[in-house]
Amino acid sequence: MLSRTAGNLYWIGRYLERADFSARLIEATQRLAALPSSYGGASNAWESALAAACQIEAFAATGMAVDEHEVTEFLTLNAGNSSSIRSCLESARSNARAVRTALTEEAWEAINTAWLEVSRYGTHLSSRETLAQMIEYVKHAVAAFDGAANRTMLRGDAFWFLNLGAAIERADNSARLLDVKYHLLLPRDEPVGGSLDYFQWTTILRTVSAMTAYRWVYNDSVKPWLVADLLIVNRQLPRSLAACYDEILRHLDLLASNSGRRGPAHRLATAGHAKLAGGNIDAIFAFGLHEFLTQFIIDNNRLGEAIAEQYLF
Amino acid sequence: MQALPAFDEMFGTGEFYDPRSPEGVTAAYRAIRQWLADSPHELMAARRAQAELFFRRIGITFAVYGDAQATERLIPFDIVPRIITRPEWQRLEQGLKQRVAALNMFLADVYGPQDILKAGIIPAELVLMNPAYCLHMVGRRPPGGVWVHIAGIDLVRTGPDDFFVLEDNARTPSGVSYMLENREVMLKLVPDLFDQVKVAPVETYPEKLLETLASVSPRKQRGSHPTCVLLTPGQYNSAFYEHSFLADKLGIELVEGSDLFVRDDIVFMRTTEGPQRVDVIYRRLDDDYIDPLVFEPSSMLGVPGLMSAYAAGNVTLANAVGTGIADDKAIYSYMPEIVRFYMGEEPILANVPTWRCREAESLMYVLDHLPELVVKEVDGSGGYGMLVGPHASKTTIAAFAAKLKANPEKFIAQPTLALSTCPTATDGGIAARHVDLRPFVLTGSDGVRIIPGGLTRVAMTAGSLVVNSSQGGGTKDTWIIDA
Repeated sequence: MLSRTAGNLYWIGRYLERADFSARLIEATQRLAALPSSYGGASNAWESALAAACQIEAFAATGMAVDEHEVTEFLTLNAGNSSSIRSCLESARSNARAVRTALTEEAWEAINTAWLEVSRYGTHLSSRETLAQMIEYVKHAVAAFDGAANRTMLRGDAFWFLNLGAAIERADNSARLLDVKYHLLLPRDEPVGGSLDYFQWTTILRTVSAMTAYRWVYNDSVKPWLVADLLIVNRQLPRSLAACYDEILRHLDLLASNSGRRGPAHRLATAGHAKLAGGNIDAIFAFGLHEFLTQFIIDNNRLGEAIAEQYLF
Repeated sequence: MQALPAFDEMFGTGEFYDPRSPEGVTAAYRAIRQWLADSPHELMAARRAQAELFFRRIGITFAVYGDAQATERLIPFDIVPRIITRPEWQRLEQGLKQRVAALNMFLADVYGPQDILKAGIIPAELVLMNPAYCLHMVGRRPPGGVWVHIAGIDLVRTGPDDFFVLEDNARTPSGVSYMLENREVMLKLVPDLFDQVKVAPVETYPEKLLETLASVSPRKQRGSHPTCVLLTPGQYNSAFYEHSFLADKLGIELVEGSDLFVRDDIVFMRTTEGPQRVDVIYRRLDDDYIDPLVFEPSSMLGVPGLMSAYAAGNVTLANAVGTGIADDKAIYSYMPEIVRFYMGEEPILANVPTWRCREAESLMYVLDHLPELVVKEVDGSGGYGMLVGPHASKTTIAAFAAKLKANPEKFIAQPTLALSTCPTATDGGIAARHVDLRPFVLTGSDGVRIIPGGLTRVAMTAGSLVVNSSQGGGTKDTWIIDA
């Protein structure tokens, strides 16, 4: 496969995953921000959403006030923000167009339709209803693309690079989300695990669409360490770090089995995978959750760079 | 705009135009007329909307240069098919084969022994001093001896048996993706009609193209296929959709210049598994941009060293470099002589009478008759920079006359032909619109392949004769039927 094609596919995977994450993040944050403060409705909910999306600095540069309208517009339709949902879909579509031959007709149509639909919203948010519609649409569109790709694409390099990009991005998003919620959202004097922040934890779960999954897995009330357990080491949850690394490693292996070559990306992915596979959540808490997540995000970025280098993007 | 009395392919003449009337319909169009009569206006409107949705969704768009508003536009698609009967087509097919064979022999000759110039058939300076004559190709023979692998010959019709060649496109003719997609859309929209009318399929084009490309590979390996790629200028090119579409249908990599490199006069592409040798490049990039070391040095689209690998015979470019001389419009005017010279036969397809403005007498005639002529740049394409006399204002004509006098050798003129019309769905119902036809002719080292049909382009504006997509023209599905 052409290296440029591989790079484009990898980024399509990342862009779509990012768009989907932003959509869920906004939805969950809206819910949280709407709660009365006695239920944990935090005034800094939107700031934490920006942090989880890794957009604090970019947003600050615009000079806009941190409120729901400005932040949601920035994360959804802002054309100047390269990570906004609009920009992600535009980039994904542009990449897909450049490598049109590597995608099936169904996958291309899904991505093309998603961009055409979202571009119709323009670059300004008119109302909460519009936002809600758009969020619903984006989640649906990304799922439609996944479905089309999954059902129609050859199980080969193109499919694996696409999934590899998505898994790297998903791991990054989950880690960031958990980190932010633990350390930005909670007031410093609030003990982690206090009864007050039930709604904070459910916000995390909703962002990764795992509210119901949590109940099924733990059959327990929402507890912070179990939320962390679910998002970090539980392999059943597709957005957990462990599940993401299972997937990353599997796709790198498949790519290697096709070319017969392994490289630095494999070594980094294997190391990352081993950390998660061996770790239980207690050990991670003992090490310091924030420290663990910070290191994870750095390592995950390094893996992304190693993949680009190894396959000459 | 004044309407020219034109031959209508459904009614024979344009005297009356009621698509629901059974009178005077040519045999070829009987089923179509019935279909039109059975389709109320609303149903046609719904089908048109459905077709547009389909095209938009699969992303068949093209870009118009210098149009920031609509960087991606749809080519209007007309859902009334254009019919050509099998006997009509057979004659066209023979004529196309003859003409493209002559074009290939002409190119081999002007870059080789130059017999046609020595024989005085064409003035030597018209070829040798022509900007489209590529000095790098002098004395060279492309792999397989084929110059124009893919030719698009623009035909127009003025009467029941009167077809003319309007232009030869021997560089990088486009439009074949519309021929293929138009058929797919029609099959979805009007399956019943295909049941009644037996239409020759066009879907084998990608396979024929791949066979053609493989036949001219410089490396003949036993048991393995040559590596063919399609070289595109990138996604901002107006025909990018077609490039990706064709690469996909052919199952070959769609590459940009930066994906290729040349080492020891061999072309490789950069892949995730390391360099892979490339044998045949179906390039949709003009000569000027393919190699910055030889041509336009500022081009970022090409591949440094490509011409050297080409000269070494290690890679095939389709079409060959330097074919622009064959579709120069001044050379075009000599096509009847070219056909006779190489083929020893009378041309089957006629040329449109053409005045070469480089000749003083012709120039005088053209200047005197501008309001009734079409004047084109000899190296122009896409309908840019041409004057359609009958539709131009006095000031436009005066300005054009000045241009013409300053550089007469840059122009040719032709009478304004009454292009045939076909029934076309418009907002106001079915109406006659002017059409042309671009069949595609494939030439490999193992023979010529022609798909029955081609791209019918239609001027969507009433009375307009300009069918180019860059000027708002649309397309129709073209049906070769066994009448």
